[in-house]
Amino acid sequence: MKTTHDDPDPLSEAPPLELQRAQEERLRAAWKMPEGWRYWSAVNNSEVGLWYVTAAFAFFLFAGVLALIMRVQLALPGLSVVSAQTYDELFTMHGSVMMFLFAVPVLEAFSIMVLPEMMGARDLPFPRLSAYGFWCYLIGGVFVCGSLFFGDAPRGGWFMYPPLTTEYVEGHGVDIWLLGLSFIEIASIAAAIELIVGVLKVRPPGMRINLLPLYSWYILVVGAMILFAFPPLIAGDLLLELERAFDWPFFDASRGGDPLLWQHLFWIFGHPEVYIVFLPSIALVAMIVPTFSRTPIVGYGWVVLAAVGTGFLSFGLWVHHMFTTGLPGVSLALFSAASEAIAIPTGIQLFCFIATLLVGRVTLSVPMLYVLGGFSTFVIGGLTGVMVALVPFDLQAHDTYFVVGHLHAVLLGGVIFPIAAGVHYFFPLIRGKKLSPRLGRIAFWLMFVGFNVTFVPMHLTGLLGMPRRVYTYPAELGVGWLNLLSTVGAFVLGLGILVFVIDVLRPKKNQPLSERNPWDAGTLEWTARMPDEAWGIRSIPEIDSRYPLWEQENFQRDVDEGRFYLADAEEGLRETIVSSTVDGKPRQCLRVPGPSWLPLLAAVFTGGVFILGTYHLWWPALASGLAAAAVVIRWLWTGTAQIPEKESKSIGLGVTLPTYRSGAESVGWWAMLILMLGDFTAFLALVFGYLFYWVSSEGFLSPDGLQLSARWPLVALASIGAAWGLTVLARSLNRRDRAVGYYASMGGALAAAVGGASALMIGPWSDGFDPTAHVYPAMVWVLFGWTAIHVGLGVVMHLYCVARRAAARMDAEHDIDIANVTLYWHFVAATALITVAVVVGFPELA
Amino acid sequence: MSRIHDDGPEESQESLWWLTAAPLTWGLHFAGSYLSVSIWCGKIVGADGSLGDLGIGLGVYTAIALAVIAFVAEHGLRRSRVGQHEPHDFDTPGSRSRFLGFATVLLAGVSAIATIYGAFALWFVGSCG
Repeated sequence: MKTTHDDPDPLSEAPPLELQRAQEERLRAAWKMPEGWRYWSAVNNSEVGLWYVTAAFAFFLFAGVLALIMRVQLALPGLSVVSAQTYDELFTMHGSVMMFLFAVPVLEAFSIMVLPEMMGARDLPFPRLSAYGFWCYLIGGVFVCGSLFFGDAPRGGWFMYPPLTTEYVEGHGVDIWLLGLSFIEIASIAAAIELIVGVLKVRPPGMRINLLPLYSWYILVVGAMILFAFPPLIAGDLLLELERAFDWPFFDASRGGDPLLWQHLFWIFGHPEVYIVFLPSIALVAMIVPTFSRTPIVGYGWVVLAAVGTGFLSFGLWVHHMFTTGLPGVSLALFSAASEAIAIPTGIQLFCFIATLLVGRVTLSVPMLYVLGGFSTFVIGGLTGVMVALVPFDLQAHDTYFVVGHLHAVLLGGVIFPIAAGVHYFFPLIRGKKLSPRLGRIAFWLMFVGFNVTFVPMHLTGLLGMPRRVYTYPAELGVGWLNLLSTVGAFVLGLGILVFVIDVLRPKKNQPLSERNPWDAGTLEWTARMPDEAWGIRSIPEIDSRYPLWEQENFQRDVDEGRFYLADAEEGLRETIVSSTVDGKPRQCLRVPGPSWLPLLAAVFTGGVFILGTYHLWWPALASGLAAAAVVIRWLWTGTAQIPEKESKSIGLGVTLPTYRSGAESVGWWAMLILMLGDFTAFLALVFGYLFYWVSSEGFLSPDGLQLSARWPLVALASIGAAWGLTVLARSLNRRDRAVGYYASMGGALAAAVGGASALMIGPWSDGFDPTAHVYPAMVWVLFGWTAIHVGLGVVMHLYCVARRAAARMDAEHDIDIANVTLYWHFVAATALITVAVVVGFPELA
Repeated sequence: MSRIHDDGPEESQESLWWLTAAPLTWGLHFAGSYLSVSIWCGKIVGADGSLGDLGIGLGVYTAIALAVIAFVAEHGLRRSRVGQHEPHDFDTPGSRSRFLGFATVLLAGVSAIATIYGAFALWFVGSCG
């Protein structure tokens, strides 16, 4: 292990014991968990992460029970344990809950819980955002699952294809799915912001990019993938709900619409999503394998290649879910090629793990059992994946049980087994006690055997001709015995999961605490005490190695005795270190907010908008939206961009850091950038829709001679451009402390923005664009409406910034608010430019 | 732990964007090819038409994409040889640069393979149908 001459050392002498005790008391007080009923106002990431994981597992068990009911129904030919309609609801809810309420959230939750410890951070930068995300998720999840008990559950399959879901399914089920899950997607994007900023900016000093734990690499990639994968689905949800609620004909072929657009938007989300759940799971493996091999990972750079490469390539696969829809053969070939290519990085990381096992001395502990079981299962799923990525094979296997067998092998091998390994591995870190190795082994073998007995026969069931999503089948098909076998296997698998759950939930009062670092791991999170303190890490260390507990001398002692950074909380505030993205150089001592009810309240009111909207209760939904906005503004006003009581602070070892940074140096700016990248992706998905209609249908532009005059859109563009320019000017004037000029610019920007949004609405209205008549006017209204709403939000931000300066909460040196709002306006200006260019310019070119 | 003199580049001369450059180039090649064949087959020659002249355009896309990927790989290769020829798991600027360079080269490799896969698919199929 090597480092440079100027690399700081820990204190050579430990602080006196009395001082250590006093420091610990102050840290304990600063990070104290609220008690009694106030406990639910906690925002600490480790606590929120635990709630999140628990809720995700509850949803998992719920969806698992639904699967067992389905298996009972399919055990023998011609059974009628449940009706066809109930069966439709069961498979729709099983898929939706497993994907949206379990697989994605549980991995985000895991990361929120353990990432601060892995990064040697006291907390991630936006704990209240994580809490808000969790409450959104919980409310949305209960709403969606609850629908099953009121006979109003969605039943269009987990991918909700129109026209089935626009013309043939009655009731509110589809709306519940669309609005409930859109609401939950907010939680995913919130988690993505937290995790990306966490990995890039909240690292301990010295943790250069080449020393980042592999888990963090994977999470960084997954965060970015969420950002670009979820928004197209949000755009699709918007279009589908507009058709259902207001009869805008995006998917109605008789009025120029096209159901295939939904499939594109869904699968642009849906295929990366497979990797969004696979990569964090494999990230757990990347932490577990070196620990139980007692050696650093083999091929760190290759694993990073695999993570980043998979992240990119996963966006070029979506059409392989649409091979049978009649797209041009050459397009299918292109997607087939990319689907084959992704096997390369996926395989590389597995070879790295196997090489690590071969190089090291492997301990076959329970987590390793799950890892190895996961490997073998995932390889089966991966190889059948290569098979269905080939167009001729897929044409035969599409929509049969072969695909069901394949996808479950991928998801159980690539997600469930690694998660079970992760729970076993990290349980001592979370609860201070170990799970039972005996029960762990029993659960593993039941799950492993159960999986194989359930899903391996399904490949054959499919090849013999049994389609997916049918509630029964005739005996003559000859698949009765295979289905019975799958049903028996499903119950064995269920029993394994039951044993696992019993082990997790069984009272452990009399069980002794686990020893510290029970697996003798080398990574930072295992410096934690048993049970862990709410402060996370006693002092934030200087990192010189990928495995500091293995390779840095006296590391545990130095952390424990407060010989590193931020060993104290003199001001009684929650603090952590913000660092540079490449070399992890300390840049800021960040004060993170403590417990608050505001995130919960904001989530309740946001939920109100979606839930009331589902039942078309527009006025109460609007009221709920206004209440949510009021709570969020209060949250921002009282909790963010606070001017600190002192400009800088010594964090120990001779390092003094500023307590306030704005612009690209502030974590808030990064959060805004990430949020807007996601938002902009949703917008681009709508633009993709516009181009899609132009390519796929004759006469999309100007149906029945309908034409949009350029005048109002160009006025709108000029006004919005002026608003953007004046906002940039206002930031500059604020920085130069020209108060009058600042207010004048902001006033001008505000007026120009209101004018621009109005002109956008006047354009299609004055030209008689009826969005229900044809998909073209509907698409124009959507693009203009999207832009106008963003301009409107920009106006609220202008007012906020004016108020901040007037209330002396923002000045020339402390300008986070206006810097972030300016960044927002860059995106609004780009949105307006593209909207007008596409809607006004494109018909000219075409 | 030993302390060494390390003259790797400053942090300000380093960028994580190099890691994404080659896969992004693959993405642009992929999206450009998809968009072009969609418009060609949907608007110009019809579902049963031949790729014809578009094939030349697709070949140009591929050549440009591979040239950009090669340029990125060359940059990565130079970075991966910064300073002493040692592993890249140390807490030093040189180690960091070697790692970023090495990862850039690997990503350029996988991006080139994926780009060639896509180009082959277009070349072999040769028509819209």
